[in-house]
Amino acid sequence: MEIDNLIVIIPAYNEAGRIATTIAGIRKFGNADIIVVDDGSDDSTASEARAAGARVIELPFNLGYGAALQTGFKYALNRGYEFAVQMDADGQHDPLSIEALTSPVLKDEVDVVIGSRFLDKGNYKAPFVRRMGMYFFGIITSVLTGRRITDPTSGFQALNKKVMEFYASDAYPADYPDADVIIMLHRQGFRFKEVPVIMHNAAKRSMHGGILKPMYYIFKMMLSIFVTLLRKE
Amino acid sequence: MTVQQKIFALTIGAGLFLVIIELVRRRKLAEEYSFIWLLTGFGIIALILWYDLLEWLTRLIGAKTPTTTLFIFGFVFLILINLYFSLKITKLASQVKDLAQKLAISEKADR
Repeated sequence: MEIDNLIVIIPAYNEAGRIATTIAGIRKFGNADIIVVDDGSDDSTASEARAAGARVIELPFNLGYGAALQTGFKYALNRGYEFAVQMDADGQHDPLSIEALTSPVLKDEVDVVIGSRFLDKGNYKAPFVRRMGMYFFGIITSVLTGRRITDPTSGFQALNKKVMEFYASDAYPADYPDADVIIMLHRQGFRFKEVPVIMHNAAKRSMHGGILKPMYYIFKMMLSIFVTLLRKE
Repeated sequence: MTVQQKIFALTIGAGLFLVIIELVRRRKLAEEYSFIWLLTGFGIIALILWYDLLEWLTRLIGAKTPTTTLFIFGFVFLILINLYFSLKITKLASQVKDLAQKLAISEKADR
């Protein structure tokens, strides 16, 4: 694939040992520009990403997943990119799916494409509690947007400039953009759809580990969805 | 607790709840910080509606009247939230310092 106005944005926090493989995987697929946003890692994530041939923005300290990703969108807009793919650094998102993900956006059929690990029977297996959470928010998102959303927590997306501008605004959550963002997209009138993608089980610890964190996550997401519905937009 | 006291306390609890939701809606308050305040509003309402809980708490801490319990918990809450904000301010100050240094160094390097 040869598209010169597409950028792949990879937020990364302590991904040394994995980031180079992820970048090499994307390189194998095409020559898209890659920007890694190093979210204040303590390890050699930034230097490994540079050595692998990606451009790197180093945040001075940890800002959180959403804020790191948003840094990438702001950078992309600043540099005049028309399209972006966001994907995780840990190898969970398979670069093989980038083509399927980007094509509806490049053809201007939709504004955002969300990669779903559940649309096709993939090899992704999440722990029970996590799967229940995804299912629960999937139902809420489906009801509120009036269409079937199978994977509202997916961070594997392709989007055009209009959506990048929206993601670069204050409305975008700094911690974990998730089901609430899909509902915002719907209320803003953006066109979006899910496509099946390949996802692998990430080797590292989940960011929603423990007991208190998932509880807080559920509370935060419910509140965020609730106030999104209260906003007239 | 008299009906008057109950109505007063309920109004405060419910009012707090609504103000917090409205602030989050207007994006004046981040969801992250709303958590502790919503919990407070909820706690006030729960203690009023479930008076047995308040009496049980009063016996538990050895206070004489339920009003004392409310005052003590209110006071402890204020101390804790101040401590929490002190921690946040410490972190923010250190981050601002790092940012300022980084910016100053990179600006100088440009010239």
